[in-house]
Amino acid sequence: MVLIKNGRVIDPANGIDEQRDLLIEKGKIKAVEPTGKIKCEAKTIDAGGHIVAPGFIDMHVHFREPGFEYKETIESGCRSAAAGGFTTVAIMPNTNPVNDTRSVTELILAQAKACGTVRVHPIGAISQGLAGERLSEMSDLKDAGAIAFSDDGRPVMNSELMRRAFEYSRMFGLPLIQHSEVLDLTEGGCMNEGAVATELGLKGMPVEAEDIMVYRDIALLKKTGGRLHVAHISSGNAVELVRQAKAQGLPVTCEVAPHHFTLTDEAVRGYDSNTKMSPPLRTQNDIERIKEGLEDDTIDIIATDHAPHDVVDKQVEYQHACFGIVGLETALPLTLRLVQENRLTLPRAIEKITSTPASIFNLDAGTLSVGKFADVVIFNPKEEYTVDVSRLHSRSKNSPFDGWKVKGKVTHTLVGGKVIYSAAKN
Amino acid sequence: MPITLKNILGTRDLAREDISTILDTANAFKEISTRPIKKVPTLRGRTVINLFFEPSTRTRTSFEIAGKRLSADVINITGSSSSTVKGENLIDTARNLEAMNPDIIVIRHACAGAAELISHFTKSSIINAGDGAHEHPTQSLLDLLTIQEHKGSLEGLRVVIVGDIAHSRVVRSNIFAMKTMGMDVRLVGPPTMIPFEIERLGVEVSHNLAEAIRDADVIMMLRIQTERQNRFLLPSLREYSNLFCLTSEKLERAPEDILIIHPGPVNRGVEIALDVMQDKRSLILDQVTNGVAIRMALMYLLLGGSDNGLN
Repeated sequence: MVLIKNGRVIDPANGIDEQRDLLIEKGKIKAVEPTGKIKCEAKTIDAGGHIVAPGFIDMHVHFREPGFEYKETIESGCRSAAAGGFTTVAIMPNTNPVNDTRSVTELILAQAKACGTVRVHPIGAISQGLAGERLSEMSDLKDAGAIAFSDDGRPVMNSELMRRAFEYSRMFGLPLIQHSEVLDLTEGGCMNEGAVATELGLKGMPVEAEDIMVYRDIALLKKTGGRLHVAHISSGNAVELVRQAKAQGLPVTCEVAPHHFTLTDEAVRGYDSNTKMSPPLRTQNDIERIKEGLEDDTIDIIATDHAPHDVVDKQVEYQHACFGIVGLETALPLTLRLVQENRLTLPRAIEKITSTPASIFNLDAGTLSVGKFADVVIFNPKEEYTVDVSRLHSRSKNSPFDGWKVKGKVTHTLVGGKVIYSAAKN
Repeated sequence: MPITLKNILGTRDLAREDISTILDTANAFKEISTRPIKKVPTLRGRTVINLFFEPSTRTRTSFEIAGKRLSADVINITGSSSSTVKGENLIDTARNLEAMNPDIIVIRHACAGAAELISHFTKSSIINAGDGAHEHPTQSLLDLLTIQEHKGSLEGLRVVIVGDIAHSRVVRSNIFAMKTMGMDVRLVGPPTMIPFEIERLGVEVSHNLAEAIRDADVIMMLRIQTERQNRFLLPSLREYSNLFCLTSEKLERAPEDILIIHPGPVNRGVEIALDVMQDKRSLILDQVTNGVAIRMALMYLLLGGSDNGLN
């Protein structure tokens, strides 16, 4: 038995935000009671007055295994997740081989099980080989453990294929996650199209590339049924499209990555390739509209799009650098900035990385209800520190936040009642 | 007055005083190139590496001559002979050159930001000789020198730049430098070649060449870079020429004393008509001459020179 005492328990799914002690038995939550009420022999973790919350859930990570283990393995990715307070992650299928078949899904789950830390859920490909030509075997993928389908990294450009994917996936009730980008408009582009790209002489990726595809998918969904989850929304216009779709009662959800509400394309000045990601960093106006979307729940969840890349892929000319940044270990402090700016309350911020992703993707996680798995994070929202990429647990160090002074540090991460990360030991 | 910069990555970084110092120094250096013995010992024992990853005749030769007239040892490395064809990373190439202790590395590269990237890994001074569609600062400085020679001063002059604005590094360097020197800049080209939000750099945009040059002091014609074109930008070079080629006819309504410049190489008959190239108001060859003086001045100033270099 493990007793977490002296903490402020925030469990949005149960509307709890108060000083409570939390008792764990056999990997599950046994009791959540007012301070001092639980009296029993147990190994005690002193939360030190900090926040005790359900372990975070990240529905959008790239762990690069199989195929690109020099960037990240499932093991190193899970360590990075644990250090960031995440106890559940969903892995995108753009590995090599692509996760478009049962055997790859099974390999990922076996590797994750061998790590024995963070809970890993594979996302299967929408199309075979992410080639955008034939549907993958969604039924088999689901049976093997896939919890959603996506061609992330590559959008499904063919509208007929997307239509059929919506229809076909209805049999399984799983959402399709779209990387919304019309490739015709972004070919050769490496940052947001606008004054900064014009000044830097870099080819721009117009925001309309995102808007058009979000609109197309909503239009298809209206006809076909099925479920759409818009990945890493970065455009204020796209937020508005999702808002309108939700108002019509369509089954659309969406996520935003912390960098898209933290940085603008101004960060690209100086050509640091750690500011290159897809979708690209946009404008202050987009950030403002994203924050409004978070406030009114148009944007359901926050997901990192953790995209590790080695220096050989990043320390090159900007236009040749790979897209993407690591995000698991900076997600909490960047999300807490929304709380400091009074855009979200702390429970609402936590909700967007716990119970809401769990409910969208039908995961048995994200709350501290009695009887549930004891996946717990303890963090100090006030601790200030400087991000040092050399100390990240991820195998890759591609973060634009190196050297940033941030607030909010994870002290403990528990999965199934077992401590898998403790700041004191790191 | 010395300049305080370690590198010349772009004109965006140059203050008005820096530009004036560079132009004054270049003016003083011009005379060296007219002597029977065109060499001074100023940079004796210094090493300049020309690292060119894109084809270039004029700019590479100009840097080479500039270095040699100042007695520096100049080494040329071109894209085809460099180890990048063997897959070496640009930063590794720069570090290897750095290990041989050059004083200045001049780089031309197809990628925007390439000069800035290598500047983070070298102690030598970096001169950007063109990075993608970003900047080409020495071209802009020689343009200013040429204009100043003919107009006396730069302040208040109206310059019209015509052509493929989106893909031109010459345009960006000239916009920054000309705005800094108090000049007005008007850009002309088809909307497909005008990059999004360029007005935010403080320039005007027009699509009518004859109208745009009516009250101009200088016209700068840009080369249409047919080899780089996205196929959707233009229906044909023929139509482009009909609209934007500088012909005597279009020049008729322009002021008598208008100056015509072009960074070269010229596509004869595409962006500028042959008779206009040979017009007395065309300064294309003066620009080339001034290019050597500008590059001499920059090498001299970067390596610590503080006066006009002749004393």
